[in-house]
Amino acid sequence: MTPLGWPNPLPGGASAEEYAIAFDRGRERRLLIVPALFDEANRMRRFSLEVMRRLDASGIDSVLPDLPGTNESLEQLETQSIGSWCSAVAAAVQFFGATHVLAIRGGCLLMPQGVPGWLYAPAKGGSILRQMLRARSLASREAGREESREGLTTLALTDGIELAGYRIGPQLFVDLEHAEAPEREGLTLVEQGLVGGAGLWLRAEPGESREQADALAAVLAIGMQS
Amino acid sequence: MQDQTDQLLRRILTDVLGLKDGLAENFTPDTGLFGHLPELDSMAVAGLLTEMEDRLDIVIEDDDIDGEMLETYGGLLAFAEAKRSGS
Repeated sequence: MTPLGWPNPLPGGASAEEYAIAFDRGRERRLLIVPALFDEANRMRRFSLEVMRRLDASGIDSVLPDLPGTNESLEQLETQSIGSWCSAVAAAVQFFGATHVLAIRGGCLLMPQGVPGWLYAPAKGGSILRQMLRARSLASREAGREESREGLTTLALTDGIELAGYRIGPQLFVDLEHAEAPEREGLTLVEQGLVGGAGLWLRAEPGESREQADALAAVLAIGMQS
Repeated sequence: MQDQTDQLLRRILTDVLGLKDGLAENFTPDTGLFGHLPELDSMAVAGLLTEMEDRLDIVIEDDDIDGEMLETYGGLLAFAEAKRSGS
């Protein structure tokens, strides 16, 4: 497992160095993982690495890039949009020469074109926002302030908003409101029932499951044969 | 329906809190939740409520949520049962 840098082209011709973690031995079968979004990215990170370790042992390279504005990225989260993230994912697919893509939860909203892959337990953008808005209302109420969902949405659309510690700009908020995972040929839906047990994104504290990592890695390894 | 709500709610808490199977069977109406379990912060409670909506087939409005219903298992169960019976 090695940390790597990759160039993410920015509008205007410059590019920003982003970080990724990879098992890269120059092998033929190469999987790129699009991480879950916001809080769920943390809760799914260890699981993602566990899947990558299993794929490595099965002769498959894999890479987990940071989305601009997340994790180690030096870009501002507030200026990101679904479009900027999609273009970053596409650039990472090209840079690493990925033959397949696994998108996790909210990452499914960023599924790149032209590469076969899997959508693992896709989350709708609207549901992601609703849960984060609800967390903010709950926290405010605990602090003795009332913030309605309508009021917060208006604020988000004009000035952007901080939800669960993430500074989300108006563009990303608008984009997420109606974003859904794509359906097209070459993309396979992996529902939680196939992986078994309860999804690790539900956990209040990040957890892990050997069985679930085994199950998802098996689905991927079989799908990447031939 | 009441027993079923109880079982579903214990299952949801098991999944959200990452409890060992069966441990949630020990929850009593007085078992403390929000404010008692450090891992149940506002983000986790938001996740819990969303999961309750999905699995219990209910809609939870912001106005429905108060400290009392979240404080104990009994409070949460009473809320879920009332929602499911349509009140």
